[in-house]
Amino acid sequence: MNLAAKDRRLAWGLLAPALIWTGAFFILPFLAMLTLSFAHMDGREVVRGFDPGNYLRIFTDPTMLGALWNSLEITVVVTVISVVLAYPLAAIIAFRVPARWQRLALLMAVLPFWTSYVVRSYSWLLVLGQNGVVNKALLGLGVIAEPLEIASSRAATVIGFVHFFVMLLTLTIYANLIQLSPNYARAAQDLGANRWQTFTHVILPLTLPGVVTGAFLTFVLCIGDYITPQILGGNTELTLPQLIMLQLGRSGNFPLASALSVVLMAVVTLAYFASSRWLRLDRV
Amino acid sequence: MRVLSWLYLAVAYAFVFLPVAVLVAFSFQDGRLPVPPFRGLTLEWYAKVLGNDDLMAALGNSLLVAVVSSAVALSLGFLAAHALARVRLPGSALMRGVLIAPMTVSYLIIALGLLTVFNYFGIRPSLWATGIGHVVINLPLCFAISYAAMGDHQRSAERAARDLGAPEWKVLLLVSAPMLAAPLAAAFFLSVTFSWDEFIIAFLLTRFDVTLPVEIWSMLKSGLSPATNAMGSLVFLVSVTLVILLEILVFRRAK
Amino acid sequence: MTAGVSIQSVFQRYGSAVALDAVSLEIEAGEFVVLLGPSGCGKTTLLNIIGGFAEPTEGRVLIGGRDMAGVAPKDRPTTTVFQDYALFPHMSLRDNVAFGLRMRGVSRAARAARAEAMLALVGLEGRGDRRPHELSGGQRQRVALARALAVEPEVLLLDEPLGALDLKLRRNMQEELKAIQRRVGTTFVHVTHDQEEAMAIADRIVVMNAGRVEDFGPPRQVYLHPKTLFTAGFMGEVNRIPVVGGQAPFGPVPVPDGTLCLRPEAITATGSLHIGLCKVEDAAFFGTHVRVHVAPLTSPDLRLVVHLPQAAVPEVGAVLDLGAEAYVVLQA
Repeated sequence: MNLAAKDRRLAWGLLAPALIWTGAFFILPFLAMLTLSFAHMDGREVVRGFDPGNYLRIFTDPTMLGALWNSLEITVVVTVISVVLAYPLAAIIAFRVPARWQRLALLMAVLPFWTSYVVRSYSWLLVLGQNGVVNKALLGLGVIAEPLEIASSRAATVIGFVHFFVMLLTLTIYANLIQLSPNYARAAQDLGANRWQTFTHVILPLTLPGVVTGAFLTFVLCIGDYITPQILGGNTELTLPQLIMLQLGRSGNFPLASALSVVLMAVVTLAYFASSRWLRLDRV
Repeated sequence: MRVLSWLYLAVAYAFVFLPVAVLVAFSFQDGRLPVPPFRGLTLEWYAKVLGNDDLMAALGNSLLVAVVSSAVALSLGFLAAHALARVRLPGSALMRGVLIAPMTVSYLIIALGLLTVFNYFGIRPSLWATGIGHVVINLPLCFAISYAAMGDHQRSAERAARDLGAPEWKVLLLVSAPMLAAPLAAAFFLSVTFSWDEFIIAFLLTRFDVTLPVEIWSMLKSGLSPATNAMGSLVFLVSVTLVILLEILVFRRAK
Repeated sequence: MTAGVSIQSVFQRYGSAVALDAVSLEIEAGEFVVLLGPSGCGKTTLLNIIGGFAEPTEGRVLIGGRDMAGVAPKDRPTTTVFQDYALFPHMSLRDNVAFGLRMRGVSRAARAARAEAMLALVGLEGRGDRRPHELSGGQRQRVALARALAVEPEVLLLDEPLGALDLKLRRNMQEELKAIQRRVGTTFVHVTHDQEEAMAIADRIVVMNAGRVEDFGPPRQVYLHPKTLFTAGFMGEVNRIPVVGGQAPFGPVPVPDGTLCLRPEAITATGSLHIGLCKVEDAAFFGTHVRVHVAPLTSPDLRLVVHLPQAAVPEVGAVLDLGAEAYVVLQA
């Protein structure tokens, strides 16, 4: 066997385990789920076959459509707010904080990232609850007479999400900003641009791909999250993940849960194509 | 403009730290509920948490699953990255895409898929099942980081090692891995962080032996209590320590 | 549009380190001046100070007679060609070149026309729609030049712009830079560590070392009549011979005490400053000349580098009678 072929055989050998793992534990399960989504429940039994009933139900049942719409609304709002809040934060750390302190400043901005996700959402419950810090403070200051119902609401869910994603986006946007050669800003100023013009004409466009990547990541993580809406959302409206878990728990309706999951994936795929012009997943 | 910047920074930090501050503060609450007013300092909740066998077992489980699954993910990812970086194989772009794909799929869906398949084959939920799921979510990350870290410098060294007669496994062990120690360590720590904190896969794929996030979830179901605060604060402390260790051991050395 | 630059007693200190030490220069309007020196000599620091990217710790900079203290880069009549070109990757070449005009409020049509004219000036006519990543290094460099010249600066600053190019391309660009400078008449201040490049393009060269100006003059003067030992050594190869009490190691010389500096090409068989009989240690053919190491018989420990004409074929061990046609005596 010649050298090149030997090399290739070796490479395949090294590559195989990862591919097999991904195939067996990711692709296969997904295909299984896809197949299952076309089955239906008969009492407690799963009846296989090619039956698009689940999908029809999803797109006609008001509760289900409502959940899908809720997820989309919340996710879009969260993504936009988080990007708008995180970009200035990342920019201030990258451009205003002296170089020696930047690492520390960044670390401080994302430290709560390292509380357990479950605990982090729970702690917002403490803050926003009827007896929580916010209400007690507002009552104490005399701004309100009755405690506000903030926790267990969509607003709480959004706040909980924004808290998490601002930290995530600050990290990714910062990484993007410091990669920029300082000479771009210098060249712009040299040619007569003031700080604002330098930002809008040069820095913002150059960092847009990174921002879009971060926004996409936010979208995917947010729309698929079960924990935050479950803890903070109250029970008045559901999101798609909550609906999926409901199907699993109560009736063990795997086919319907699978169908809902496929719909979730479809939404994410659409978002991917919408942003693919700027997306560069290998450079988060 | 300057003042505005520092003001924004201050407000941002306040927002980011608010829930954590509340969490930690009320973990010392001398009272039944972790909400204002603050009644006084006590360590009883920490004692309760550390003495809670279920919680401590869950903590151990989390660590075990995190370390083992991250090690597996890193090994698979590193080897795959090495192969793809070194040799031009047909369809390598496709394979790279396949290996990275799980990063964009919601953990819930990965969990559901695995649950479906495991049910079909009669495999019961367990820590092993969770570990498998964690490898699935961390493999793309380890692969991407390893692949991005591979460069000419380390490739030349590998070529020299082969030239001097080393078999491939020795080249990987004695040359490639040490040279890429910093990014590999980063990938490992990142995977451990993701696995350690992961909820939904663990929730769906464990039954009796659970991981920490799942155990905390159960605690939450029974209502608000400073014990939960204490547990959360402990987790936070451990994570922060890990990050500081990472900073000192890996990043400082790589400078 | 052109103006002179007056640098008056400029100091630049970073803590205890001194990057520029009492630098004073008068640059004429329309001149092509090269700041030449090894890494760390302060040439780039000086350029940054002229451009407004750094404020001097002490001293003044005047451009066209106006004091530039506290004036930001965007308000100075200077533009810079950066070492890495810093072309905006997300804009077309036309938009890159027109950027400065856009910042000045020039209308779209007017600046498009001017951008096209500038691209033509640097030999990239008609490529306005391309993006920087589609161009080679040399082409990008020209676009950077066009962009900087489009706003008609009074002084153009160039920070080692040819460093990334290979030799042949560099030589071409040197000629083009010179030609363009003559065309537009702007004062050019160009930083480089390559003395050949400096001699090729400069009207006057500023030789710098460790934050100080060692010499300042036209290439011919700086090469043939250097003012300091450092300059002599930096501008080209030189033989350094100590003279004490009218005596050099190889014999008496009618020159003042100090270091006698002889260029290799100035040592010939007919030179008037008598060196005497020298033994050939080794010789190598260098194309345009023959490079020979000799040792004077009267001081065998001394090594001299001599450039003999192309036709010479000295054998190792042969004895040549040599003298210098030109020389300079400098103090340490």
